[in-house]
Amino acid sequence: MVRLHADLDRCRGAGQCVFTAPDLFDQDDVEGKVVILVPSPGPDRLPLADRATVACPNRALTLVSE
Amino acid sequence: MGQLEVPKIPWTREDAFHPPAGLAEFRAGPPARVLLPSGQVAWLVTRHADARAVLSDPRVSSDDTLPGYPQLVPLPPSGGLLSFLRMDDPDHGRLRRLLTTEFTVRRINAMRPGIERTVAEFLDAMVEAGPPADLVRDFALPVPSRVICQLLGVPYADHDFFQERTTKMLETTATVEEGGRAMAELGDYLASLVAAKVRDPGDDLLGRVASGVTAGRLTEDELASMARLLLIAGHETTANMLALGTLMLLVSGEWAALCADPSRVGAVSEELLRHLTIVQFGVGRVLTEPVTIDEVTMEAGDGVVISLFAANRDGSHFPDPDAFDPFRRQGHHMAFGFGAHQCLGAALARLEMDVAFTALAARLPGLRLAVPLEDVPFRPAQFVYGLGALPVAW
Repeated sequence: MVRLHADLDRCRGAGQCVFTAPDLFDQDDVEGKVVILVPSPGPDRLPLADRATVACPNRALTLVSE
Repeated sequence: MGQLEVPKIPWTREDAFHPPAGLAEFRAGPPARVLLPSGQVAWLVTRHADARAVLSDPRVSSDDTLPGYPQLVPLPPSGGLLSFLRMDDPDHGRLRRLLTTEFTVRRINAMRPGIERTVAEFLDAMVEAGPPADLVRDFALPVPSRVICQLLGVPYADHDFFQERTTKMLETTATVEEGGRAMAELGDYLASLVAAKVRDPGDDLLGRVASGVTAGRLTEDELASMARLLLIAGHETTANMLALGTLMLLVSGEWAALCADPSRVGAVSEELLRHLTIVQFGVGRVLTEPVTIDEVTMEAGDGVVISLFAANRDGSHFPDPDAFDPFRRQGHHMAFGFGAHQCLGAALARLEMDVAFTALAARLPGLRLAVPLEDVPFRPAQFVYGLGALPVAW
């Protein structure tokens, strides 16, 4: 089981995650910070989730194995 | 190390579509000291991994008033005149946060119908009047200019005025006086515009942020500087991507491929962003503490130039890096930078490219250069690389 984790102190609302994986992420209407839509992406969506974590310019996203 | 021993930064291209060949030699080694055209000595960072590391390091400052900050364009030390682009936290975060909700992917994507109308309008006029046409004057420049004006609430009728000033500000061969004068004139224009927005905020981006002046979240001067940054960044960059991108597609033969399968426009745009890297000279930073990269320690106070162009041609991240290949397995290009200062308008730039290339391919599949390639006026000395004109026919 793999879980997506967002560090909201690091997130600056650059939106790269939403661009990369619009099914997995959104941004809030207050500061544009990341909202995780799918907390535990399945194997089919894991590559995109991984791509989004690498794309984040503020290194706010991590994939945690549980 | 004496300045006489320091090699010059590779600055002049041998080829219109590729970075200076000398950058590849620097990329073979760790960060190295180089002499800048300004006469300053700074570290040059060229590897993809190193560029990402430096740009996301909190010990690396964007404050251009600090001694050692590398001057890539001849503007006077600005002290906030380029707004949060040249600031660190907490001021950078305070000002940028006022804009993040305006530039979320969802908010930007909602602008698609309006941008499609703008694109269709300029395309109609160009087709009506031609062929031939100048794709820069008739399409690539007016589309992003109109889009950013509508978003910000700046009168589009004044576009000649601010386009001329923007070009001068970003000209690396201009004098500091010329750059400073253009910056001041644009500043005066936006100061009066912003003052009016503070008195009477309309329903546009600058009007919405202007309400923050009354609430004490930013000063009127800060808003005027922010407006200048957004206006410059909002049209110069996208305009050059549209013009240079179209030319790249035409000379590479990929134009026909895009016309045959327009659903590939997203991948095509990303490859254009990577391959062309129009912020051609990179971005400047200065260190507030020592930073070690590839076992080389750079000291506090040292300037650093991060070559986005070199990083985007790093073969350790992009196989066959100098090939223009829209079908390549996508990597993580750095055309929008990286770290806290990564381009705020990336989603808007991507949307404009998507809409513009899609419409152009649907309408003019027979698009071709109307002059020999060697007669196309490139702008090698502009901070944002691009074209002075693009004569086309169809």
